[in-house]
Amino acid sequence: MSFMAVENLVVRHGLLQAVRGVTFGVERGETLALVGANGAGKTTLLRAIAGAHQPAAGRVLLGDADLTSVPSHRRVGMGIALVPEGRKLFVRMSVEENLLLGRTAGRPGDWSVDKVLEMFPNLKPRRHTKTGHLSGGEQQATAIGRALMSNPDVLLLDEVSLGLSPLIVDRVYAALQGLIRSGTTIILVEQDLNRALSVSDKVICMLEGRIALTADSKSVSRDEVTKAYFGLHKQKAEPA
Amino acid sequence: MSNQIIQGVLLGGYYALIACGLSFMFSVMRIINLAHGSLAVLSAYALWWLASRFHIPPFAGLLIVLPLMAVIGWALQRFLLERSARGGALLPILTTFGLAIVIDNMLFEQFGADTRSLAPFIGSLSYDSWEWPGSIYVGKLAVIMFFAAVVLLGGLQLFLSRTGLGRAIRATSEDPDTAGLVGVDARRANAVAAAIALVTVGLAGAFLGMRATFDPYAGTPQLLFAFEAAVIGGAGSLWGTLIGGIVLALAQTLGAQVHPQGFLIGGHAVFLIVLFVRLSMAGLSLRSLFNPPSRSAS
Repeated sequence: MSFMAVENLVVRHGLLQAVRGVTFGVERGETLALVGANGAGKTTLLRAIAGAHQPAAGRVLLGDADLTSVPSHRRVGMGIALVPEGRKLFVRMSVEENLLLGRTAGRPGDWSVDKVLEMFPNLKPRRHTKTGHLSGGEQQATAIGRALMSNPDVLLLDEVSLGLSPLIVDRVYAALQGLIRSGTTIILVEQDLNRALSVSDKVICMLEGRIALTADSKSVSRDEVTKAYFGLHKQKAEPA
Repeated sequence: MSNQIIQGVLLGGYYALIACGLSFMFSVMRIINLAHGSLAVLSAYALWWLASRFHIPPFAGLLIVLPLMAVIGWALQRFLLERSARGGALLPILTTFGLAIVIDNMLFEQFGADTRSLAPFIGSLSYDSWEWPGSIYVGKLAVIMFFAAVVLLGGLQLFLSRTGLGRAIRATSEDPDTAGLVGVDARRANAVAAAIALVTVGLAGAFLGMRATFDPYAGTPQLLFAFEAAVIGGAGSLWGTLIGGIVLALAQTLGAQVHPQGFLIGGHAVFLIVLFVRLSMAGLSLRSLFNPPSRSAS
């Protein structure tokens, strides 16, 4: 049994079926990259795992616990934290207040405001600045720090490099490398294929709400993922 | 003139008290509670009932009534406002309008049309005053109300900025969906906010009953004053509510000096001026209010 798994997950936005019967599992300490074109269902899938979207069918499992009908705020307490696309910070609140909010679920662990500021030293002088006044990179660091403050078992990262300069993206990923080494289970959505493959253990390529390819990140070729990205890859048939 | 200004500032404390709950509820839950005044009158009646029936002084009665108002606020949010909010922005307004009618008529049925007051139950406090230099007489109750408003608004400000629950309420007011994703139970935060708002309404109702008379339909003018103070101070700003209350009261007090009917007119005039200034600063003109742009662009 996987540490975290989704089984036959179906998520709809009105009449549109954004995720169509997706099944996969992640082991403890593993980093899984979700790649795919815009509209492939990656963000919806991540949000469904976090509890922001209620699935129409299927299950979300964390160990033995079935999270499918658990509301998002309780999932945080159970160890799932999402860094949402677009950061979604509380812009009228300071960096410190945003970080402290991440502790609302009251999950015990090592993460504290000081530890987050150590991980992202550029936030130190901005500790009491309202997050609406931060740069994109500082905002992303705050969003990641806020998620870490809940001491998650599974960290969901949705396009953390979106809208950031390459230099800032490098800094953010350098910080994430520390998390990956520390054994945090991570599922990340990333548009940059090279980066996704370099930081992850496993890669899933999604196409029109379905999984087009599941592969080991270290052994799969970029060409193979690109073919799956554009729907040219033929998934091997599951043995009967 | 200095006497009028002092009396106006102190009256502003009462208006800030009555506007506090309205402003708080709007800033957190984005709900304009049209039952606000009626709920204040309900609290005044509850205190009057406790005082006349069980001889419990109004200040002691607050120990019973305020927790009761908190429970009413919690239940109101959970069972009425939360559900009506799912139907769009207009439905909660209509719901609270209906609630005001229900409360007013329920009080009328129970207590009749007679005017009541809590003044007989607070001894000389309702008319006692201090004499300040320059033959200025300052009512003790007015001073208590003003300091109650400052303490209440300051306490709320501290609660919102320094406590985890306060941060959760602010996060919910800013973005309830994202608040859920960081572990905040948005339903609970809204229910707590409604309970707090109703406690402030209960306190305002107590002072309403102590400083004046009330009847089952006294809620509407209280709602109007609360609304004007909240808008003048910038709806959603706690300290702005105090300033709004003071500005409204000063306008009324000075208006009364100009003409016997000027008390209300002065307040309404300042409210309308501030409203139009705010609208124009937000890029809205009077014409746009009466002729909203067509939805379909050709």
